[in-house]
Amino acid sequence: MSMNRRQFLKLASASTVLGVGGASVISNIGRGNLEAAQIHPDPRALKAKRWGFVVDVSKLSTDEDYQKCVNACHDIHNVPNNPNPRHEVKWIWRDTYEHTFPNTAEDKIMNKELQEKNFLLFCNHCQNPACVRVCPTKATFKRASDGIVMQDMHRCIGCRFCMAACPFGARSFNYTDPRPNIKVENKTFPTRMIGVVEKCTACYERLAIGQQPACAEASSGAIVFGDLDDPNSEVRKLIAEKYTIRRKPELGTQPSIYYVIGGGEHA
Amino acid sequence: MLEKALSGSNRYWAWIFFLLAVIGVGCIAYWKQLNEGLGITGLSRDVSWGLYIGQFTFLVGVAASAVMLVIPYYLHDFKKFSKIVILGEFLAVSAVIMCVLFIMADMGQPMRVANILLHPTPGSIVFWDVVVLNGYLLLNLIIGWTTLGADRKGVRPPDWVKPLIYLSVPWAVSIHTVTAFLYAGIPGRHFWLTAVMAARFLASAFAGGPALLIILALLVRKFSKFDPGTEAIQAIGKIVTYAMFANVFLLGLEFFTAFYSNIPGHMHPFHYLYVGIDGHTKMVPLMWLSSILAVVALAILVFPHLRRNESILAFACIALFSSLWIDKGFGLIIGGFVPNMFEGITEYWPTFLETLITAGVWATGFLILTVLYKVAIAVREEDTAVEH
Amino acid sequence: MYNSGKIIAGLAVFFILATLPFLLNLGKANAKIEPSIDTPEINAMPVKHCVEPKAFMRSEHMQLLNTWRDEVVRNGNRIYVGSDGNEYGISLQNGCMKCHSNKKEFCDKCHNYMAVVPYCWSCHIAPKENKS
Repeated sequence: MSMNRRQFLKLASASTVLGVGGASVISNIGRGNLEAAQIHPDPRALKAKRWGFVVDVSKLSTDEDYQKCVNACHDIHNVPNNPNPRHEVKWIWRDTYEHTFPNTAEDKIMNKELQEKNFLLFCNHCQNPACVRVCPTKATFKRASDGIVMQDMHRCIGCRFCMAACPFGARSFNYTDPRPNIKVENKTFPTRMIGVVEKCTACYERLAIGQQPACAEASSGAIVFGDLDDPNSEVRKLIAEKYTIRRKPELGTQPSIYYVIGGGEHA
Repeated sequence: MLEKALSGSNRYWAWIFFLLAVIGVGCIAYWKQLNEGLGITGLSRDVSWGLYIGQFTFLVGVAASAVMLVIPYYLHDFKKFSKIVILGEFLAVSAVIMCVLFIMADMGQPMRVANILLHPTPGSIVFWDVVVLNGYLLLNLIIGWTTLGADRKGVRPPDWVKPLIYLSVPWAVSIHTVTAFLYAGIPGRHFWLTAVMAARFLASAFAGGPALLIILALLVRKFSKFDPGTEAIQAIGKIVTYAMFANVFLLGLEFFTAFYSNIPGHMHPFHYLYVGIDGHTKMVPLMWLSSILAVVALAILVFPHLRRNESILAFACIALFSSLWIDKGFGLIIGGFVPNMFEGITEYWPTFLETLITAGVWATGFLILTVLYKVAIAVREEDTAVEH
Repeated sequence: MYNSGKIIAGLAVFFILATLPFLLNLGKANAKIEPSIDTPEINAMPVKHCVEPKAFMRSEHMQLLNTWRDEVVRNGNRIYVGSDGNEYGISLQNGCMKCHSNKKEFCDKCHNYMAVVPYCWSCHIAPKENKS
């Protein structure tokens, strides 16, 4: 049987009037009868076919340049600061050239400036994400609407298959209770619990109300966010103009973060 | 039939209570893990699977190995296995149960494990692993129990078991193939990304499982009046020898591809496991121990006259089983995670609590095995008494 | 029947033990649990109302929250249209608990009575309550 909410409410009130009590009706309605039409996105939401990032590392130099992007993300998302590096949780972080592009690190005589450059790393929101392919519960999934690789921390069983599968080390597992390691809680965003995997969600909660991802907003132009499927978007223009590289493209996951590694004039 | 497990010698009960004590300690350790999280283990964000998943993988092999007795006996009518085949089936039952327990121990949120069934995802290999493992458990329980029950009454097993027995053969191959696919389809983990993974899993399973069975059969003969048969044990010895050679051959193929291609990502895990990288050498002694044990076992098993001496055979089987236990139950998993995705090194070593939980799972498996074997032996002893 | 005396006595003991919780409470009226809606936010409303009528919320809030959770996390739908025609932003922390800022008196009271332990608060941050 199928009964929508309005029918249910009518029936419940009618039976209460008749003195029957709502109980019998409740037992019949079951779950999942809320109409989808009664729920819709916020009209302010930003829309795209495939969200992506262009990270211009030439615009990042001082410690603070990197740190303000990391803090912008970690502060609003209640990312714990676990003192034990083995249990570290991170959504976005700074790392060396060698770690970012390990397959090119064998080159001993390359450009020193590039070799010593630091990068900002976060979830690549791949077009063919390996993590999504292996997840046994669809806790991690690619949003059909905009290509964001999401993590449903409610559903995650903590098997850590996605961590084995992600070629970019973008995923963190809560080996301990995260709460004691959150110095200042953002009361408008949840924390996580022990035993679930978490990662960058491309600020889906901010996109939903028309805001840019926090790292892009804080980066003073070093991180540009936009629609990779729209040839007229800013990210596409940057990719067309400058020389960009992606991490481990040979694995076929199609990462959605493009790194600009030099000034535009050398391209 | 289960009532036969309720009467036994003092030695039997001492063994049972010893196992219960180990299980109890394991439960206490697990309670701590449940409350405080997997942080009590040696796992890290770089090495996110360890001893639990390694043991799971190894035990899937032990479970699958029952097929090495089923094929000769049921498909080729190799009568010498008539008494021992039940030991293989019951070993499979307890091995699969241990597999399930190790998976549960490894879950961050074990209470939510039903999500695998509530949100079935056929694209995920884990989904298929759950299906084939549970199916295999059921098949072996039904086949083992029914054939033993018929045997007890002195009648032929009912006809409906036959199709199930035939089904159990490809099913055994499937459990280990699917388990290999957990690893062999992951981009970026060079150590695991190899097409011979499933083949190597099966080879090592058909060596390690039957080797354990030989040890168990010898113990059964020592501690009971039931003799699984000298010729049966010798026949299994041959199976172990061939399978182990196949396994070592496949491992050799891995070395060739990694080092002749000279691709750094493929060589690094081997470097880490066998010589260490930048002073990180925790795995090196273990991996060499595994290699030496494998060579020793093969050097004994390859000579039929050495194999025929049951004490030497037992020694070879213990060496071989230990070798595979290290290689597949530990090295295989760690090699996939070290170096990490950034070519950095984070080493892993199990903690004391993690070891206690692992011991608890093994004790649970041995308890189930003991009870099932007790029943089987009691039935067989009755048979012997009737015959004479 | 062998040992009939022992068996019957045993059955009687089992029956009494199994029904003890009911027997002890026989005839006693249990205090009715009424979650409190006495919060500054709710008191300030000209017409007190939730996203759906009370009867629906009381019996179906868990289904509603489950649906909401999946719609927000998985489908990006953040606006709920109530049967009163009003639009509500979907959020446990920034929606529900903004009015029901008294988790202890509102959520916990019933949940404790029913002995259910929803794990919402392992992740979602409960509102700060002055009264303990």
